[in-house]
Amino acid sequence: MSEIKTVLEKYPNAKRESLIAILQEVQDKEGYLSREAICQVGEHLKLPSAKVYGVATFYNQFRFVKPGIFKIQVCRGTACHVKGSLKVLEAVKNELKIEPGQTTKDGLFSLEVVACIGACGLAPVMAVNGEFHASMAPENVKKILNTYRERTKDEQSK
Amino acid sequence: MNKVNDFGIPVKEKQTGKTYIYVGTGTCGLGAGAGKTVKAINKYIRDKGLNAELVEVGCIGMCTAEPIMEIKANGKNRISFAKVTEDKAAAILDNVLAGKIGDIKPIYQYSEGLEKWDSVLSMEEYQFFKYQKRLVLANCGIINPDSIEEYVAAGGYKALAKIIGGMTPDEVCDTVEKSGLRGRGGGGFSTGKKWKFARASAAEQKYLICNADEGDPGAFMDRAVIEGDPHRLIEGMAIAAYGIGASKAYVYIRAEYPLAIKRIINAIEQAKHYGILGKNILNSGFSLDILIKKGAGAFVCGEETALMNSIEGKRGMPKPRPPYPAVRGLFDKPTIINNVETLANLPGVINIGWEKFSAIGTKTSKGTKVFALSGKVKNTGLIEVVMGTTLRRIVFDIGGGIEKDKKFKGVQIGGPSGGCIPEQHLDIEIDYESLKTVGAMMGSGGMVVMDEGTCMVDIARFFMDFIQKESCGKCIPCREGTRRMLEILNGISSSYRNKTAAQTLQRFKGVMSLRKLADVIKSTSLCGLGQTAPNPVLSTLRWFPEEYEAHIYERKCPAGVCKELLNYKINEKKCKGCTLCAGKCPVQAIKGAKKAPHYIIEDKCIGCGNCLEVCPFKAVEVS
Repeated sequence: MSEIKTVLEKYPNAKRESLIAILQEVQDKEGYLSREAICQVGEHLKLPSAKVYGVATFYNQFRFVKPGIFKIQVCRGTACHVKGSLKVLEAVKNELKIEPGQTTKDGLFSLEVVACIGACGLAPVMAVNGEFHASMAPENVKKILNTYRERTKDEQSK
Repeated sequence: MNKVNDFGIPVKEKQTGKTYIYVGTGTCGLGAGAGKTVKAINKYIRDKGLNAELVEVGCIGMCTAEPIMEIKANGKNRISFAKVTEDKAAAILDNVLAGKIGDIKPIYQYSEGLEKWDSVLSMEEYQFFKYQKRLVLANCGIINPDSIEEYVAAGGYKALAKIIGGMTPDEVCDTVEKSGLRGRGGGGFSTGKKWKFARASAAEQKYLICNADEGDPGAFMDRAVIEGDPHRLIEGMAIAAYGIGASKAYVYIRAEYPLAIKRIINAIEQAKHYGILGKNILNSGFSLDILIKKGAGAFVCGEETALMNSIEGKRGMPKPRPPYPAVRGLFDKPTIINNVETLANLPGVINIGWEKFSAIGTKTSKGTKVFALSGKVKNTGLIEVVMGTTLRRIVFDIGGGIEKDKKFKGVQIGGPSGGCIPEQHLDIEIDYESLKTVGAMMGSGGMVVMDEGTCMVDIARFFMDFIQKESCGKCIPCREGTRRMLEILNGISSSYRNKTAAQTLQRFKGVMSLRKLADVIKSTSLCGLGQTAPNPVLSTLRWFPEEYEAHIYERKCPAGVCKELLNYKINEKKCKGCTLCAGKCPVQAIKGAKKAPHYIIEDKCIGCGNCLEVCPFKAVEVS
C-alpha cells in the first residue's frame, strides 16, 4: 500500500497527462494494478476510478492479476511468426498449463504474448524477466523453463 | 589541451598506444549473449593488466553475427569478429594483440587509413555492407552511444550549431523542404511542408513529438537508432524544434524498449549538461526541453492523433482530421509529429546541404531508407540503402539469399499496413511510389522475407488477427470489419471435417464477400490503421490467388502451414504401438491395440497435430 503512496508523492499536483506514467510506475513497483491502486490513483488525480480503469484497460501493458516470479514473454511479431513462434507459444502453454495473461498456480510463471520485442533478427524469441532466449524451438522450452525452476530451488535452499 | 566544439564539449579522440575493444550490446547483441562476452573481456583486461578500454556500442546491424567484437590495437585498422561468445574472446584477443590472426577468422576491417590487416576484407568490400549507404546509421555500432564526446568527435552537433548560428527558422524549413526529405514513418509526406503548416500557425506554445512508438511487428529500426546513436536523434529534434518554433518536445517511446529508454534519457542529461538543451541555447533566445513519455503498448498510438491523446493521459483513440495536428494538436496547440528516422536524417541534411541530399535517391524519394530485414534470409539485420535500390539486391546480395537455399516466395513490407511483394516484382526499385503500384507501402520499414514454407493465407490471417486485436474500437468499419475478415480467413484455413451444411454455406458466403468487405473497411475507416488494415489480405489475394484457391476449393495448404488442412497418417512400419498418440488425441480418432501399429480414423481427425508432436518414433506422417 505504502508503495503506491511513495509513487504518488513523486507527482504532487499532477494532472491527467501524468496518468499513464503513474500507472506504469505503480505497476513497476507492485507488478500489477490492484483495485486499490486504481482507486488511489484516481483520488490523487481527482479522476473517477472508472476513467482510470478505462485508460488502463486500453493499453496492453497493464495487467490486473498478480504476475508470477518469472514473467515469460513470447514474441508474436511477423518475423517470429514466420519462423514458427506459434509452436513455441503452444509448447509453453502445454508445459505450464496456462493461457496467455494467466499465472501458474505455484505463482512461479506468468505468460504473456507481445506483439514484437524488436529482436526480429533473433526470431523466434522468448524473454523471461527480460532475459532473451533467441532462435527458440518448441523442444527447448521445457529445458529453459527448468533452469528457472532450478534457480528458485537454489535460492530457497540458501 | 583537449579540443572543444561550439558548445564547449571536449572532443574525445583516440589515444595512440591504447587498445580499444568494442562489443555490440544492443538488445539483439545482449540476446545473443554479448553480456557474457563483455564480462569475459573485462576479466581478460584485468588479468593481463592491459592498457585497454572496453567500449559498449550499439547495433551495427548484423543480427545473425552477434555478439560482435571489434578490436583496434597496435596502430592497425579496427577489425571485426562475428559470433564471439565468452569462450572465444580470450583466444581472439591473444592473437590480435600479438598482431596475427588465429583460427577464428575476422569478417572485415575498417578503412581508417591505418596499417591494414593482410587478406581481410574491408568493410566496404564485405557483402553485407557493400550495397549499403549509411547516413542515419553512420555511427550505430561504431561509437559509444552513452558518450556525447564520441558523438562530437564523429562530427555531431555541428549541424545544430550551424543553424542556430546562421540560419533563420524559415531558412531551416526551406532547406528541409528543398532537400525532398519525406516522413519515414510510413505516410511519406514532405517534412518541410509539414513544418511550414506549424510555422504558419500563430501560437505561444508549439510542440514537437518524436514518434518512437514502433509498433509494427517485424520492425526495429527506431530501437536500433536510439540504442546506437541517441545523440543524433536529439540533434535532429533540436533542429526540427528550431525550425517550427517549438520550445517543448516529447519522445513517445515504447515501454518494451527499456535499453533505448535508458540511453535516450542519459543522452538528454548529457545534452542538458553542455547547454545543448535548456534555456537560451548558445545565447540565441531559442530554448528547448525534451521529455520522455513511455507508450503503454497500443499499436494504434502510432497514429498521430491517437498518440497525442495518449500523451494527454487518455485512451489512445484517433480523432477525425481536420483540424490537423499542425494547426491544433497536443493540448490544442500546433504540433509536429515526426518519426525517429526522419529526425535522425536532419543533421545529415543540414551538414551536406539540400543540394547534395536531394541528389541521393530517386526522382520522388530522396535520401536513404533503413529497413529491418528479417524472416527467412541468411543475414537478418538492420540495413540502410539508397532509395531506388532493388528488392533483389536487398534480399539476395545484402541478405545473402534464402536460408537453407529454399525457394523465395515473397517479401512483406510495411507491417500490418503494407503488403506482400512476389518474385516477379523483385526488380522493383524501392521508393514511396513504386511500392504503392504493387499494393505494398513503405510503412516504417519492416521487411520480412518469406520462402516456400510460408503460407500466404496464414500471413494474411496473422496480420488480420493482429489488427483486430489492436483496433481501438472507435469506428465500426475497423472494429467489426476486421473481426469479420479474420473469421472469413479462419474459415478458409479451418478443417473441412465435421462441419454442418450451414457452416459450410457460411464459409462460402464469407469467401464471396471478402474483397467487398476489404474495400468498405478501406474507404470508411476513421484513421490510418483501419484504412490500411485490409492491405495484407488484398495484396496476398492479388499476387497469390492460387494459394487461396487451393485452400478454398481443394482444402489444401500447399505450404503445409495451416494445420487443420493437413492429412495425418501413421506409418505402420515405424509405429511400435506405444499408445502415446492415442492418449493425446483430443477426439479419440486414433485406434489400435497395444504394441500393434495404430491407425487414424480420417473422418474423426480434426488435424490438431498432437500425435505428430508426441510420437517418439516419427511414425506420424503428414501430407
